[in-house]
Amino acid sequence: MTEVVVTGLGATTPLGGDVASTWEALVAGKSGVGALEAEWAQELPVRIAAQLAVEPSEVLPRVRLRRLDRSEQIALIAAQQAWDDAGLSDDLDRERLGVVFGSGIGGALTLLEQDDILEEKGPRRVSPFTVPMLMPNGPAAVVGLEYRAQAGVHAPTSACATSAEAISWAADMIRIGRADVAIAGGAEAVIGGLPMAGFASMKAMSTRNDDPERASRPWDRGRDGFVMGEGAGALVLERREHAEARGATIYAVVAGSGLTSDGFDIVQPDPECNGGGRAMRAAIEQAGIDPKSVGHVNAHATSTPVGDMAEVKGVKREIGEHVVLTGTKSMTGHLLGGAGAVESIATILAIHDGVIPPTINLDDPDPELVLDVAANEARKMDLDAAMNTGFGFGGHNAAVLFTKP
Amino acid sequence: MSRDEIREGLSDILEEVAGVNPDDVAEDKSFTDDLDVDSLAMVEVVVAAEEKFGVKIPDDEVANLKTVGDAVSYIEKG
Repeated sequence: MTEVVVTGLGATTPLGGDVASTWEALVAGKSGVGALEAEWAQELPVRIAAQLAVEPSEVLPRVRLRRLDRSEQIALIAAQQAWDDAGLSDDLDRERLGVVFGSGIGGALTLLEQDDILEEKGPRRVSPFTVPMLMPNGPAAVVGLEYRAQAGVHAPTSACATSAEAISWAADMIRIGRADVAIAGGAEAVIGGLPMAGFASMKAMSTRNDDPERASRPWDRGRDGFVMGEGAGALVLERREHAEARGATIYAVVAGSGLTSDGFDIVQPDPECNGGGRAMRAAIEQAGIDPKSVGHVNAHATSTPVGDMAEVKGVKREIGEHVVLTGTKSMTGHLLGGAGAVESIATILAIHDGVIPPTINLDDPDPELVLDVAANEARKMDLDAAMNTGFGFGGHNAAVLFTKP
Repeated sequence: MSRDEIREGLSDILEEVAGVNPDDVAEDKSFTDDLDVDSLAMVEVVVAAEEKFGVKIPDDEVANLKTVGDAVSYIEKG
């Protein structure tokens, strides 16, 4: 069967403007969460978030910024890094280049901003770039256009499972022979009044406003919801023979992936993690490896009361009690549609560097936490295989399994 | 307002919304062929020009504004 490998990584996150700085902060256990100082946030029940460490305006030219929603800006930044990291040459056959890049919510900030203009100044003042900025396939389209991808540009949308799902589809695209190279990932930038108020009304978010850095605390007894983050991650996936023929550096193999759905509830996770567990099993079966060789799971672990514990059940049942978990959302916050890509990068680097980043703020573990977690300090560990999971509102489940090259 | 002043005002708008180098802006330059201002960017230029110069530029008229000079003349007439 066609083997799919990872040859390029890119990211811009609350911990750093690129992969190296993000990874360094993750391993060091730094929090990217802070107080929202803006005026619009002051009346909200939640006034904390994990904002980008490096503003897109420091990276992209001004006119480019004007025509892209913030989610598209960071998708482009992450993809540019991944592309450069992969070292692909200009003569790459673009009819063999695909893009699978998602966003959970799309250009919500553009929608709101342009709606204000419509109300205050009238329809003629609405930007002619409004539609390409707010459409949920915008990040995929912008990345595809940047690299003239012609094998297909796709935009999966499955809430917080989006970019883990994108990696899975991109790997499939290469496996079934529709592309030799695919840029996969996700981006999200919706730290604004309405999205924040909506999640807060669901009681899904932490209200630990007085202690932002300690608000995201997966598996801790004191957890009270997720912390909104913004960021993007991108991976260059490539057919192994294609990568080897050009002498590319291979970070990891995308050994398998699984996509399932709960059929359970629009927002509540299945407390037994049946659908999530089936996704994990599917990934392991596709890889054709013994579950015992999966040493680490970068868990979805959003710091919500039900979801964190359900996943522990799923991992224990499908992979086993030997596995070491971590929840990097304790540091990055929840990047929604960007989460799976950034966390897959962390999973790949855990294999590559032999170190699992910590789950910070895990001071008082939930008694149902029956698996080992790299709590509060990074854990050195030689890993042959590691998994990233992502679960989204709507009951979408994704698991991606990476192995050593 | 003189033609030069109008041209300079347009040049500022073109730089702001479309990234056009002010040194490239001259009356004989075509928006699409010379200055790379596409149809969506032109919409932004028109709206900004209406605001800056206090004129109305109807959508039907925009198609006739092929060069910077055409726009300067239209704005000059008010």
